[in-house]
This record gives sequence, structure tokens and C-alpha cells, in this order.
Amino acid sequence: MLSIRNLSKTFTSAGEPVHVLRGVDLDLAAGERVALTGESGSGKSTLLHLIAGLDAADAGSIRLGDTEITELADADRAELRRDRIGLVFQQFNLIPSLSIADNLAFQARIAGRHDVAWTRELVERLGLGGLLKRYPEQISGGQQQRVAIGRALATKPSLLLADEPTGNLDEATADDVLALTRDLVARTGCGFLMVTHSLHLAGTLDRHIVLHAGRIA
Amino acid sequence: MRRALWVLAVLLSHWRRHRMQFATLLIGLIAATALWSGVQAINQQARSAYDRAAATFGGVRTATLVAPDAATFSQGLFVKLRRAGWPVSPVLEGRVQINGRSMRLLGIEPVTLPPDVGNAPRLGAADLSNFVAAPGQTLVARETLGDLRESEGATPSISSGAKLPPLHVLPQLVPDVLVVDIGVAQRVLNKPDQVSRLLIGKAKSKPASLQSVVGDQLQLMEPTAETELERLTDSFHLNLTAFGLLSFFVGLFIVNSAVGLAFEQRLPMLRTLRACGVSARLVNSVLVIELVALALVAGLIGLVCGYVIAAALLPDVAASLRGLYGAQIPGQLSLRPEWWLAGIGISVAGALVAAATSLIKAIRMPVLATAQPRAWQQRQRRWLVLQSCAACAVFAAALLLLYEGQSLISGFGVLAALMLGAALILPAFLEILLLVGQRLARGPLALWFWADSRQQLSGLSLALMALLLALAVNVGVSTMVETFSRTFVGWLDGRLAADVYISAADNAQGAAIRNWLKDRPEVQAILSGGRAETRVQGQPVELLGLPDHPLYRERWPLLETAPRAWTQLVPGNAAFISEQLSRRLNVRVGDVIEVPAPGGTWELDIVGIYADYGNPKGQLAVNIAALIRQFPQTPQTRIGLIVPRDKIAGLIAALQKQFALDDRAVADQATVKAESIRIFNRTFAVTSALNAFTLGVAGIALLTSLLTLANSRLPQLAPLWAIGITRPRLAAIELTKTLAVALFTSLLAVPLGLLVAWCLIVIVNVKAFGWRLPFHVFPLQLVELVAVALIASLLAALLPVLRLARMQPANLVKVFANER
Repeated sequence: MLSIRNLSKTFTSAGEPVHVLRGVDLDLAAGERVALTGESGSGKSTLLHLIAGLDAADAGSIRLGDTEITELADADRAELRRDRIGLVFQQFNLIPSLSIADNLAFQARIAGRHDVAWTRELVERLGLGGLLKRYPEQISGGQQQRVAIGRALATKPSLLLADEPTGNLDEATADDVLALTRDLVARTGCGFLMVTHSLHLAGTLDRHIVLHAGRIA
Repeated sequence: MRRALWVLAVLLSHWRRHRMQFATLLIGLIAATALWSGVQAINQQARSAYDRAAATFGGVRTATLVAPDAATFSQGLFVKLRRAGWPVSPVLEGRVQINGRSMRLLGIEPVTLPPDVGNAPRLGAADLSNFVAAPGQTLVARETLGDLRESEGATPSISSGAKLPPLHVLPQLVPDVLVVDIGVAQRVLNKPDQVSRLLIGKAKSKPASLQSVVGDQLQLMEPTAETELERLTDSFHLNLTAFGLLSFFVGLFIVNSAVGLAFEQRLPMLRTLRACGVSARLVNSVLVIELVALALVAGLIGLVCGYVIAAALLPDVAASLRGLYGAQIPGQLSLRPEWWLAGIGISVAGALVAAATSLIKAIRMPVLATAQPRAWQQRQRRWLVLQSCAACAVFAAALLLLYEGQSLISGFGVLAALMLGAALILPAFLEILLLVGQRLARGPLALWFWADSRQQLSGLSLALMALLLALAVNVGVSTMVETFSRTFVGWLDGRLAADVYISAADNAQGAAIRNWLKDRPEVQAILSGGRAETRVQGQPVELLGLPDHPLYRERWPLLETAPRAWTQLVPGNAAFISEQLSRRLNVRVGDVIEVPAPGGTWELDIVGIYADYGNPKGQLAVNIAALIRQFPQTPQTRIGLIVPRDKIAGLIAALQKQFALDDRAVADQATVKAESIRIFNRTFAVTSALNAFTLGVAGIALLTSLLTLANSRLPQLAPLWAIGITRPRLAAIELTKTLAVALFTSLLAVPLGLLVAWCLIVIVNVKAFGWRLPFHVFPLQLVELVAVALIASLLAALLPVLRLARMQPANLVKVFANER
């Protein structure tokens, strides 16, 4: 489903080129759950951003199904994210001025795919029933991350990308959140690529790959 | 479409959670639109009144034929021209006094009146016969009827004793004008077979040349687009527009500040929207739609406020225009659809300009950009150097305009450049002051005080610029008005030489009063005066007849004189000239001026120049006996009396009883002076109101900036609270900081304001009115204005500071919990 070939990305820092990705190859099958680890600065987040179309690659190919992401214009990459990709960040990135209910349904509404039954199921499975009228600042970090996961899955994407989704949570909460995510991913059948520093959490997924110095080790 | 609506709903949800910021944005837009639109409404009202005046039976917008060297010419020339195929129509114009009030009398010939003489009020077929057939009609505006205290159908008498035909209201007519058949005008003005000018209509075929019909007896005056009144009042309207523009920009400062912070606060939201698959184009489009929608709402509210402001100010503006220029403006506001559309347009355009930087940043924003809620303020520091360079360039432009510019526009240009330059250099000036404070500080808290003030400066600089401009304008205009006021009162003391003033209804009553006064022992002198009108070098000029009396020699406010000036005046071949007319005609003491008079040209040596503040007309003062010899039709109805102070009341009562005179016809010097000062004060009431509005808007700008900043101040204040500084003490420090920068700004505004006053007095007034006032500084007034500015700053700072003083510790703890 996701096929990455020879992907490269270079940034410039203080006038010096920094080669973050140096020819990454990676495949991910539908329904497969993959953990991506590596030391800080190894290019994990950059790889995730390139797959999500948040940034443009310098060279190489990223193919999601039959779509070559590196060839898409900015507007088309936005459409791809909206319709086929779910994104979860470490900082939750909920919209502070919207209620939990509105945050949860937000992406699905934007995509024109708001499925009331599915949203209700997400609310139930994520344990958000009593929080729908609250605002992000009124709930805990673990709860906020559950809302972010719900928002990402509300469109039933074909690929869920998570950038250290448990980085701001304690160990027990992180376990709970990831267990819920695994269940929901299994329920939707989408692919799941998670960047994490935790080898323990990485071990709970189907496959664990390590990024080192811009290459898959 | 639905997607766009969802994005719009998300963007709008920000305002629901940041109501104060939303209010700030709306207040800025409303204030900007309201004051701008209010001023425009007043200007529009005045200009439409000038148009009415100009179009009255062919004003300057119609081509005319006039005598080159006389006020009137023979009606025979009209007949000759009609026979030669010229589509001309005669008009006779003069001034008459009714119930002591001077009015413009127009005699027209309705049958030959060209249909295309501007938008002149037409007489219908039925009205035409009433107008021409005996007893005829005197057409007047409804306002004039009220001014004359007469009802429709009345037949008032003029000063010569002649009766006018019955009054009839013609609504389109300009106030203070009486329109009668030309035959009636010739009779009452005692100018049989005389015509002032001929209006030229459209010829069906080419007529014979003017020269071949009337020779050099008449000359063609081409129509002009701008009336004399428009030229005269340009400065007044420019002044109002300048105030409106200043308030508009101060309002936009508020909008810019609110939108800038809102953008930074919404950056994470925009990033999330993009991450969720909303395209950059859609986000940017919706941001613009949101802003335009807010501008439309605020614009509408602003227009309503503008209407209220204009309606409140209009009576004073009308009084100012009447007092300064003799312009008649209806006191009731009537607005055109263009005004509403322009108001909405200016609101939307202003909002887009104020938000341009933020919108451009949003358009260029990379999707992975992180939020930097305070970085936008920090970045402003880089602009300090550039801004200071720009200020120097603007100051240089002001100097260039000062030395090279000759027009009124260049005078206002100097003012605008001065203010813009000062506003641009203010942040750098304050930065240097605060840096010096920081270097001199002893103790950690004092050091933090100065350093934090510097850090806060970029966020406050726009509001402080607004305060600087508003205060400088206040200092400048107040100094000018106070200078004018004191000069005016001193001048009035000189001009009002007599103790009692009488205005008789007509010449016969005037003669009777003079005879009666001769037998009154308490009357020490009877001073007869009179006025006539003519045109000199195309300019309307009033001739003022002065009696030869020692009191005038002692007190008349002469600015320049030739030796033995008063003695030279007596034989009747010399005159004093008013300051504004001397500037307009470029005439100095020693020059000779030729005045067209009924008996031919009257040559007058100029032997003095006198101050004549507040008079829209140019004036020549001559000996009264000589004036009556040259202009026999001069009404002899004005009488001044010298009477011992304790006898004044008794004499006035006796006069009123003997000649049935009302309070308008006889008054003592104190009453006339009080009335003149009342009119003067009313003239400047509108300036005071606009001053107050501008300062008020600047205060709001400061309040909104402080409230906006207050939300982002907690990370700076929480550590101090954590190390043991109490919330009330923190609040006190915050208050002191705000007042310190406001004080520095106010102190800078004082010299800037005095410079503004100097420009107004030396450049703008001279170009606009033709008179120059002495420049005075009023220290107490300056102290008062600085105090008002500090009180406004204190009020603006109080709300955020009180909120800080009462803040729950939990909110401060959150800063450390990184939950903000």
C-alpha cells in the first residue's frame, strides 16, 4: 500500500547542508502496523512529514496506493491528507476554540465524510462520552491524545501516521492510548506507521524498523 | 462550499474564545469608519450647499457677460445682444437690509432665463405668472423665512423704505438670498435700467461676435468648476479631513495590532487545518472572507456612529462656516447613497490594509511553521533602524515642503510629514530612553523593570504612536485656538470703539434716531457708519465707512501705517486695507487701488493695513462721508454712540421705547462683545470635539494594546511571582511601566504639538484665511494636556492591571505546568 524508494531530504542549517534522509526504502502493507525508531535527528519526523505531504522530498518516490505523492502539487497533497491519511502529533494539535465533539468530527466534516455511526463508535471506544462538550484545555493530556486519534480515524483513512503520539504521556496512559489505537487500526484495516522513542511500545506493533543516519538500518 | 463554511466556523470559533480581542478588532474598525465617515458626511453636506449656492440662477458655473470696470451696466446692452441672437438673460444683484439683517437680492428675468443655467430652481408656468404679474413674488429658502422672522405672504420693507413683493418659499433656493423680478430689483435697489450681468444660455445658431455688438463694454466670464466659496472653504474641509484621516489611521493601528496577535495565536490552528487536509488556498480565502465579513459588520455600525457624530457636529460646523466664510449650510443632515457605499468601502479597504502583513504571512506560511506568539513583536525591533531612517527622510521632505511649497496643500503636507516622521521615530526614541534607564538601574528589580519595558515596547509602539499623534494634534490645535482667542478678544476691544450700537430699520428711521440723539445730554458723540459692496480685481470687496473720531485713532487695530494715516483718510482719497485683502491682492502700504464706484473709478491710496479676523470678505476702510459721496445708495442705518458707562442702560431703554427697537437693533458694547465671543467659541467647538474624539480613540488604542499584551505577559510575570513578588506589587510595577512610557511619549508630543501650532499659525492660517496671528505658548494648557494624556493612559492601564492584581494563583502556576 505504501511504497517508498530512495527518498532523500536535505536541510540547510547555519549555511551548512544537513542530509536528513539519504535514500530511504520502505514498504508498508494494508493493515500492517509498523514502529519507526531512531536517535534524535535521525530523520524520523521528516520521513513522516514527507509521507503526509507536509513537506516536499528532494529525490525519490513515495507511492500511496496508486498515487505518487512526490509529484503532487500542494493543493493535491492537502486533498490526500484530508481523504486518505490520518495524522497524530505529539502535541495533540487540537483546535482550542472547538469543543471535543467538534474537534473529533472536524476532519471528517472537512472531507465531507462525516459518518455519525462511526463517530459514535469512536467516542465509545475512546471513552470520550462524558467529554464531548468540553474544550481541549479542560481535559487531560491522555484524553486530548485520544481525541486527536479519533479525529485522525474519523475519515477511515488508508494510512494513519503518528509522530511520537505518546511522547507527552505517562507510561500507563501511553500503553492505554496505544492499545486503543491498535484496536481501532485493526477495526478500520488501515496501515499504521508510528514514530516513537519507546522500544517497549515499538515492540507491541507488527514490525519495528530503525532509522539511522538517514537510512533504514 | 460546505468545506469553506466549516473552515470559516473554525476560524470564527477563535473569536468566541477571545472576546476581548474580537471587541478590539471591531472597536478599531468602528472607530476608524465612524470618524472618517462622520467627517465625510459633513464635507458632503457643505459641498452640496455650495453647489446649490453656485447654481442659483447661474452662479460661477454659468458663462456670463459683465462690465469690465463697473458693478452694473445699461440694460440697453441686453436688448442689443438679444436682437443679435445672443441667448442672454439679465440679472441685477445687490444687498438690502431687512429688519437689520443683510440679504443678497437677485433680480431675474424669468422669460429669457436659459433652461441650462446649472441646476437653478425653475419656475413652473403657473408660478411664472404669479412671479411676474403684480404684486409679484419674493422667492426665498425656508431657512431665510425663519431668519427674517416673517411668514409666507409677508411684504417686508428694506432699509431704504421700499417694500418687497410677498414672500414665497422655493425650497431649492440657497439661504440668505431673495429672488425677485428684475423690474422690482431695479426699483428697490434704485438702479433703473441697470444690469449686473448677463447669463448666457446655449445658442441655437452662431450669433454675431460680442465685439461687433457691444464693443468693449462687456467682457465674457467663462464658467469655472470651483466656486469662490469652495476655494475659500477648502482649508476648513481639509482640516476636517485631516482629523478624520488621523482618527482613521489611529483606528487602523488598533485593527493591525488585534489582527497581528490573532494571527499568531491562530497559527497552530491554521497548521492543524492544513494538516487535516485543508488546502492553503482555501485557508487563505476563508481568512480574507472572514476579515471582509467583519469589516462589513463593523463598517455598518461605524456608519451609523458616523451619522450620529456628523449630526451632532453639523450645527457647529455650519456656524463655523457661516462665521468664517459666510457660507450657508443647512443644519439638517441629508446623505447620499455614495456616502454609505464609500463608508463600507473604506472599512473593508482599511481592514485589508491593516491586516495585509498578517494575510501575506498566512499565504507564505509553510505548513510546518510553529507558533511564535511573541515573535511578531520581537521582529519589530529589526524595523527600528529602518523606521528611523524613514523618519529622517520624511523630516527632510517636510523641510523641502516648508521652503518650496506655496499652497495650502503644501502647508498641510508639512504638517502631515512632521507627524508621520515623529510617529516613525518614536519607538527608537523610547528605546534609547529605556536603554539609558536600564544602564543606570541599580538592583535586580529595577533592572528587570527597564529591560521588560523595552521588551514590551514593540507591542505597545503602535498605540504609543497613536497617543503621540493625538496629543500633538491636541497641543497644536489648542495652542492655535488659544492664541486666536486671546488675539481676537484684544482685537475686539480695539474694533468695538463705541459704547452703544444701533441698527435702524431704514434710512428714515436712522435720520430720526440721529436727530433725537442730538438732544440727549448723555450722548458724547454720534458715530455714523455704513457699508457698501463692490468688486476689485474680480474679488468681492466690502467698503467700510469710518467716522473721523479720536477714539478710532486710538483703538483701531492697525498692523502697518503710513505717517499721518488717519488724517490722510479724511479727504476721501485714502483707505486702510484688511490684512486678508492685502494678501489676496498683494497690496502694501503706499500702493494705489482702483475701486469701481457708481460714479466711475475711485482711486484710493493705501495708508494702513488692519487686522480683520473672522471676516470672509476682503475689506477697505474709508471715511464715511467719502463713502456716501461715492456710493450714495449706502444704507445710513448704522450708528455708534459714546456714552458714560452709567448712562448706557437708561439710554438703551429710552431708544427702545421711542423707536420700538428690539434687542437686535440696539445693544451695548458688552452685549456685542459677548455675542462675538460666543460665535467665536462656537466656531471652534467642532475643533474641540474632534480633538476629544481623536484623543479618545488613542486612549482606546492604548487600552486594547495593553489588554492584548496582558494575555501574553504571564510567562514574564509568573517567575517574579514565584520568587516572592506579590501580585499587587507586580500590578503596581506594570502600571508604573505603562505610565512611564506614556509620560515619555507625552513629553515628546509637547514640542511636536508646538511645531504643529507654529505650522498652523504661520503657514496654514495665512494661506487659508489671509491673516497671521502672533505665536504664543501657554504652559498651563500644556501641563493640562499632558495630565489628560496620563489620565487616559492610567485608565487604559487600569483594567489589565486590576486583572493581574486579582489573578488566581492557579493561572500563574499553569505557566510552569506548560499548559498555556
